This record gives sequence, structure tokens and C-alpha cells, in this order.
Amino acid sequence: MAQHDTLRELSNSCCIVGAAESDEMGILPHKSQMALHLESITNAVADAGLKVSDVDGIFTAGAHSPALIAEALGVTPRYVDGTSVGGCSFIIMVEHAIAALHHHLCDVAVITHGESGRSQVGVTRVRDTSIAGVYEIPYGFGAPPTWFGLITTRHMHEYGTTLEQWAQVAVSTRQWAALNPKAMNRDPLTIDQVLKARMIAYPFTVLNICLVTDAGGALVLTRADRARDCAKKPVYVRGTGEATEHVSVTQMKGLPLSEATRMSGERAMKMAGVSHGDFDHLMLYDAFTSGPPIMLESMGFAKPGEGVAFFENGKSTPGGSLPINTNGGGLSYTHTGMYGMFPLIEATRQLRGECGARQVPNVKLSLVNGMGGMLSAAGTCVLSNEK
Amino acid sequence: MELERPLPHPLAPEAKPYFEGLKQGKLMLPKCNDCGKAHFYPRVICPHCHSRNITWIEASGRGKLYAFEILHRSFNPAVKTPLPYVLAMIELEEGPRMLSNLVNIKPDPALIRCDMPVQAVYTKLNDSFTLAFFQPAKAN
Repeated sequence: MAQHDTLRELSNSCCIVGAAESDEMGILPHKSQMALHLESITNAVADAGLKVSDVDGIFTAGAHSPALIAEALGVTPRYVDGTSVGGCSFIIMVEHAIAALHHHLCDVAVITHGESGRSQVGVTRVRDTSIAGVYEIPYGFGAPPTWFGLITTRHMHEYGTTLEQWAQVAVSTRQWAALNPKAMNRDPLTIDQVLKARMIAYPFTVLNICLVTDAGGALVLTRADRARDCAKKPVYVRGTGEATEHVSVTQMKGLPLSEATRMSGERAMKMAGVSHGDFDHLMLYDAFTSGPPIMLESMGFAKPGEGVAFFENGKSTPGGSLPINTNGGGLSYTHTGMYGMFPLIEATRQLRGECGARQVPNVKLSLVNGMGGMLSAAGTCVLSNEK
Repeated sequence: MELERPLPHPLAPEAKPYFEGLKQGKLMLPKCNDCGKAHFYPRVICPHCHSRNITWIEASGRGKLYAFEILHRSFNPAVKTPLPYVLAMIELEEGPRMLSNLVNIKPDPALIRCDMPVQAVYTKLNDSFTLAFFQPAKAN
């Protein structure tokens, strides 16, 4: 069977039937990382109208292995996946889950995220510094803002993008956060405020950089035939894609654009049989204001240097023609460290029509794209409320 | 004496020729005998053609500033360099890119440009480790 046919066979074979966050989000010094996982899983399973005992596939990334999550949950999964390639791992796991479900390796898959990213409660931090520790950390590198700014200044040099244009991304995203009761920062924001905020690492002031929070989230997926019996309207996984290109930014061949992002977007749209102009809602991993425009350019939504135009003239904001990051994003809603679970939850809720004040009218096709590391890994999902 | 920055760690055997070179004021790079391309960071396989026929060459130490940041908040308390200072991605004349600091220039975005020519300078941390930094190249 040709590759294209195999991809099309997987398209729409499975659905997201449950999506939920942990009971609380924000700054939670009284709650362990494992509790964030378990709250999210039970909430998502209940959202699906299923029982925890129905779960037979566990997918998770981060400090806790899928085996530990299963043990704590009290289930014995017959399929596990602990792929950990950064914050997009959960987006990538949608692809892994539908492949496993389609082949009946499991029937009810849970993708789970819990991270006490702010308070570090019940966390053993293990970080691979085998390369960065030798060649990068001695120079003062060592946290995402110290690397992502390099991609950003190179973009400014090559395409003439400006600090004002990056700031516009934060302003647009804040407008959505104002409509989301779960968002951490909801006050109105101006470009001037972003530019004049405390400088962290030029070109980034603190308002160009995501929040650091404690939260969890989970998704439940099952095959389309079973999804019809679940509590809520199924959200079809029409297309998925993933890739990894590098870990160190020095190894990024097309810098400032991301090859992993390009590859993941291309496959997801090919599997779904859709193209750029078909989407009416986008969720783009916004650890930094420059991220979403670069993702749009890498995936071919915009020419290099023109991704920022998606955030101008109100296009991406409430009432705009192409809403982006409608939960308020990593910039204003929540960002635990591995943010990729949250854009999936938001896309699911938008496609179900559950979003209240921030509901995008008549949304039918949503794209979720996220990065792991410094645009190092990427995952893309094309989701729809119709086949 | 207290060190100004963390030592490279953990050091793999394939990194040793690079750090031995720095101690002698030389920027050594692994180069593939089959495809002729240099790479960095050092590996036992060429990332361009996947050959294992790797040799070492002495690089010129010249390159350009590919990208930069000006750090105003420390994310790494072991680095004692006074803020603000410049985080730099250097593209070496031989092709590979590496991270370093841009030194001997005021940390001002009006003065620092991507693609400006730079030259390596070496700073001894202790008897075992010397690091390569980069400064604006002198006009010639």
C-alpha cells in the first residue's frame, strides 16, 4: 500500500473523547506533580463518560514514566509510550495513540501531563546535560530564554522583523486570556508595555516569555466507532505529523526556520487532506512571542518573515478572521514547562463549542502545532468536529 | 581561586582533542576525511555523510556572529560574569556553528550586528580548561 493511502487510512480513525485540566492551575505549592497527573486523568476520563478502569493505554512525557502513572492510577495498561522530546511530546503522542488504537494495541488511550513547573512539588529533576554541559552551559547558556533569543535575533537580521512585531503576539494572546477564567494573566496589555517591561535577555523582555506554572492536563482517545458512545461530541483526529531535527540550536540547519516543524505540518495536512487556507482556528506553542510566527513560516502558512502579519490588525484576536491561541497561550494562560497538552485541550473544547466568551463561531477545523526544545522537535495535529 | 564559570562537564573522550587544543591556544575541529566537511560538537561519526573516518584540523579562529542575545538576568548562578553580557552563536569560517560569548564590545544591541566578523580569543579557567571566546575582528 502506498504511503499516502496508509496515512489516509489512519485519518479520522480515532477521536479525542475526553479533555480536561487538573482541578486547579497556577501556583500550587500544596499539590504534587503526581496529583496533577491523577486529577487530570480522572477529569478527562469523566469528561469522556468512561471509567478509569477502561484505560488500557498510557502515554506520558516528563519526569514520571508511564509505568509509574499506571501504578499510581491503579491500572495495568497493555500499551505504554514515554517518548520525551520536549513540550510537544503530548502532541506527538496523539499520533502514537491513534496508530496504537487503529491496530487494536489498546482501546482507550490516555495522554497525560502533570508538571509542578513552578513549585517543584514531588519532582525529581533529571536533565541531560551531556552536550550542553560541555559546550554551552560554561558560557552562561542553560535555560530556554538563553537559546530561543538566538533564533529570534537571526530572524530579525534576515527578515527585518521588529521588537514591536513580536510584542504584538503577546498583546493578541492576552486579549484571549482576558476571556478565559482559567488564565493566570488577564489584564489588558499594550505593545508599549511589552517593550518597556523588564529586560531578561535581549530581544526578550519578561512579557515576551511564557509563564512558569503548576498544572496538569489529559486527553482520552478511542477509535471512532467507540467514540460515538462517549459522553460528548467526538473530535476527529484527521491528521498528525511529527519530526525531530536537533537539540542544540547550533545544529539547526535552516535557522531561523524549523525543519522539524515543516515536516510535522506537511504530514499532518497531507494525512488530513487539507491545506493552509482551510483552517479556522490555530493553536501554536507560544513559549516566546517569536515562536508562533516562526512556526507559521516553517509550516508554509506564511512566507519567511511574514508570520507576524497573522497577529496584526486584529486578525488573530477575538472576532478576527483567524483566531490564534484562544486559551491565552503559554504567554498568559498557563505554561508548566511542557505546554503541549494545553493547546490540544483548547482545540478540543473549541471544536465542541464549549468555550463560552472566547468561543470561535462555527469552528470546524483546527490545527495544533507545538515545539519541543528550541524548535528542535515538532508535533502537529489537524482536528475537526466532522469527518 | 573561585572560578568565574562552570567547568565543561561531563567530558566525553571525543571532546578531549578540542579541549587539549584550547589549552595551546588552538581551535581544533573534527573533520571528515571522506566528505571533507568539518563539524562541531565533536562526534565519532560525521553528521554530514555518516562516515567514521574523522580527523582533526586546526581552525582559523575566524568566523562571523551568526546570532546573539544580551543577557540581563542570570539563569546560571555558577557563571559570575557581570550582567549584562553577550551570548553568541558563532559561524566559523570552516562551516560549523558553536556557542560562546562575544567579548570586548559594549553589550548594546545598537553596536552588535549579526554577521559581524569575529575572532577567537582564549581564556584559561584552570590548568585543565581553557575556553574560546570571540571578539570583533580587527579591520585589516
